Amino acid sequence: MNAFKHFLFRALIALLLLAVPVFGVWTWVKAPEWGLWFPENVSTYGDSIDGLFMLILWMVTVTFIGTEVLLVWFVWRYSKKDPTRAVYTHGNHTLEMVWSAIPAVLLIVVAISQMKAWTTVKIDFPDDGPYTVEKPMMEVYASQFDWRVRYPDASGNFTGTDVIEVPYDITVPVNTKVVFHLRSRDVLHSFFVPKFRLKQDAVPGMVIPVWFEAEEVGSYDLICAELCGWGHYKMAGKIHVLAQDEYERWLAEKRKALYATE
Amino acid sequence: MSSHAHAPQKPLGIDPPGTVHVTHDHHELGFLRKYIFSVDHKVIGLQFLFTGLVMLLLGGLMAMAIRWQLAYPWTEMPLLGRILFPETGGVTTPEGYTMLFTMHGTLMIFFVIIPLLTGTFGNYLIPLMIGAPDMAFPKLNMLGYWFWWPGIVCIILAFGAEGGGPAAGWTSYPPLSTIEAAAPGSLSGQTWWLLSLTFVGVSSMMGAVNYVTTIVKMRAPGMTMFRMPLSIWGLLIAALLQLFALPVLTAGSFLQLFDRVFDAGFFTPTGTIINNTSPEALGKAAGGHPLLWQHLFWFYSHPAVYILVLPAMGFVSDILSVHGRKPIFGYKPMCYSMAGIAGLGFIVWGHHMFQSGMNPSVGLVFMTATIMIALPSAVKVFNWLGTLWGARIQLTTAMLFAIAFVSMFIIGGLSGIWMASTPVDIYIHDTYIVVAHFHYVVFAGSMMGIFAAIHHWFPKMFGRLMNETLGKIHFVGTFILINGVFYMMHQVGLAGLMRRTADPYAYETYAHLQPVNEFISLCAFGLLAWQIFFVINFFGSMIWGTRAGRNPWKATSLEWEAPSPPGHGNFDKQLAVYHGPYEFGVPGAAEDYVMQTQRQVT
Repeated sequence: MNAFKHFLFRALIALLLLAVPVFGVWTWVKAPEWGLWFPENVSTYGDSIDGLFMLILWMVTVTFIGTEVLLVWFVWRYSKKDPTRAVYTHGNHTLEMVWSAIPAVLLIVVAISQMKAWTTVKIDFPDDGPYTVEKPMMEVYASQFDWRVRYPDASGNFTGTDVIEVPYDITVPVNTKVVFHLRSRDVLHSFFVPKFRLKQDAVPGMVIPVWFEAEEVGSYDLICAELCGWGHYKMAGKIHVLAQDEYERWLAEKRKALYATE
Repeated sequence: MSSHAHAPQKPLGIDPPGTVHVTHDHHELGFLRKYIFSVDHKVIGLQFLFTGLVMLLLGGLMAMAIRWQLAYPWTEMPLLGRILFPETGGVTTPEGYTMLFTMHGTLMIFFVIIPLLTGTFGNYLIPLMIGAPDMAFPKLNMLGYWFWWPGIVCIILAFGAEGGGPAAGWTSYPPLSTIEAAAPGSLSGQTWWLLSLTFVGVSSMMGAVNYVTTIVKMRAPGMTMFRMPLSIWGLLIAALLQLFALPVLTAGSFLQLFDRVFDAGFFTPTGTIINNTSPEALGKAAGGHPLLWQHLFWFYSHPAVYILVLPAMGFVSDILSVHGRKPIFGYKPMCYSMAGIAGLGFIVWGHHMFQSGMNPSVGLVFMTATIMIALPSAVKVFNWLGTLWGARIQLTTAMLFAIAFVSMFIIGGLSGIWMASTPVDIYIHDTYIVVAHFHYVVFAGSMMGIFAAIHHWFPKMFGRLMNETLGKIHFVGTFILINGVFYMMHQVGLAGLMRRTADPYAYETYAHLQPVNEFISLCAFGLLAWQIFFVINFFGSMIWGTRAGRNPWKATSLEWEAPSPPGHGNFDKQLAVYHGPYEFGVPGAAEDYVMQTQRQVT
């Protein structure tokens, strides 16, 4: 290859490698505009999850830009035709210590920073509201390919004739810590509500407590997030978050309907 | 080894240099013994290479079918559609879609990446790079390849099985996979899948036993462990992972097979009603637990993820050093970090199960271990950068792919931190961020490593160089299109898109994602088409390539001492190793590289 062609080829490769951090960052900057971002959050703990995502996003972006730009620079700089020999070194002990210790500390900080949010969502269930793990608001059953909700009778029992069963749609009150039991009748499913930042697998044979508190009235997609068979893609449900009094009215109507049909 | 049973046996290390490598009597073998049922590690390596590349094409075509459905759901798929879905006129069916991604994952992991990395390069390179005449157990080595074939036959039969191919994902979570009523693919396709995996496991095990024994016992005089090229370290650690982890998967597969064939209930809980049938009423046992399978499966399959990347890390280290004409930066930290990745790799399987219903407190332990695995990975990246600093980079195709590996591995490695973090994982678990992450590691990473290794060792394998112009055209297009395919999957996943969803646009949440998915799909079709340059180059260079000679790259490791391609018994001269393989740019040396067999000039 003659000198000019070599220069052009080096430039092409360097630009190609540079495109990785440039486009890489640009797409993240543009993503919200393109609708490729978190859907809006409506749960109490969602913000902390988004925040932790952003914390990691910032950390990895800095590392990403730093390492990729170094890579581009080294490839550009050291692919120059040069009759002299490369730097003869087998490494540097101090550097190894530095670039092991700094990431180690940062990673431990990341690990610790995550623990509180996880504990809030999955370990420490609310015990100060009307609903608790022992006294859940409802049972959600997943099965191929639908969701069914069971609301207990007035005294909180899930057995007997007064239990209300509703397919597909889950209705809950706003600003209430909703604790429920998640079950599956057949295979694995997963209870995923993007706008709540909530996901929990439903496992046959297990009763798994789940909780959330919605802060805004509205209807939200409930999506099955664990492969459950050919109809997995259409195992859709809706969560309707109602104002407290509307919820009471809805529940009362359901109860009335229960007796009306009998 | 039988051929030199007559050679005086002395313990290694006491021998005068080269005694292990007695010249082999040249005995002519028939075509069948020479090319088909060969015990020569080089032929076996090439058999794995050719078979693996064919399987890569099959797995790639399935990816295209998946991408078609995601871009244009429920429309007639051109070309492939008529073959895959003749009964619907080429339109994907929902159950067909689940089978497609199940088989894509299975093929790519068990029939492409693992065999290409360990089967091909493990076989081909280990004896050559450590200066041995062949593997420790050549017949076992041959069996290792031929036990792979029943695996291939079973996985192909799975397609034609009653009800269709397995459809429970490559992870095959029960009860979906074990109860016939749960999915059409669970009628008998899943049984074929389990049999296939068992054969593949036996094949890998035979290979792993061989690799470890050969590396430990058959190194040339003077080739201490810390004088081995990093490729060999990567392959050794991957083989150790296979040895320790595979038995668990095999045991798990047998349990699942028992559940399916003998009505056992290891993974079937009591009281399930699946598709209006109770497994117990049909005489199946129950009382098992679905999570047991997940633990057994991931205890193997997480270390397997590192089997999928460690050898590639080794190749890339060697290629960066050879084509950068500079010693690898931090050789021992590179070894230790690979060992660290492997060691930690055994205690992180639970991160696949954060949302599974496993005790959430355990999740915190798995999270911490998983986040810490980023540390040895980061150390590797820094050392690769250190290697390039001050180098004399030769922009060969092999080098370009090796550099691409580093660039892509950075992305795949960094995005792993999100997945490791339990609270963030609540949202992104099973979304396309995960899909982006592992494709950046395994496809944009390991596959680039494999392309680099093919270009680098092709001259040794076939005695001819690959065409550089075609290679560079292949590289540039592949590099652009790979990022076109996988990068935006991060953002699509952030928008919440779930993997394994045949038609996401039915959901309000995903309705606006179709244009991005269409872009990704178009890039994917382009990526597959672009590989034509590789195919032409690969086969064309075998015939028309420039003759390579023994050492076209002026590399230092032992394989370049042998003729290209090496004959039976590999070396035609006595070898003794005096130093590591990274003596490039040595001040005062006559040339810019000092072979491992040359005494160091200092």
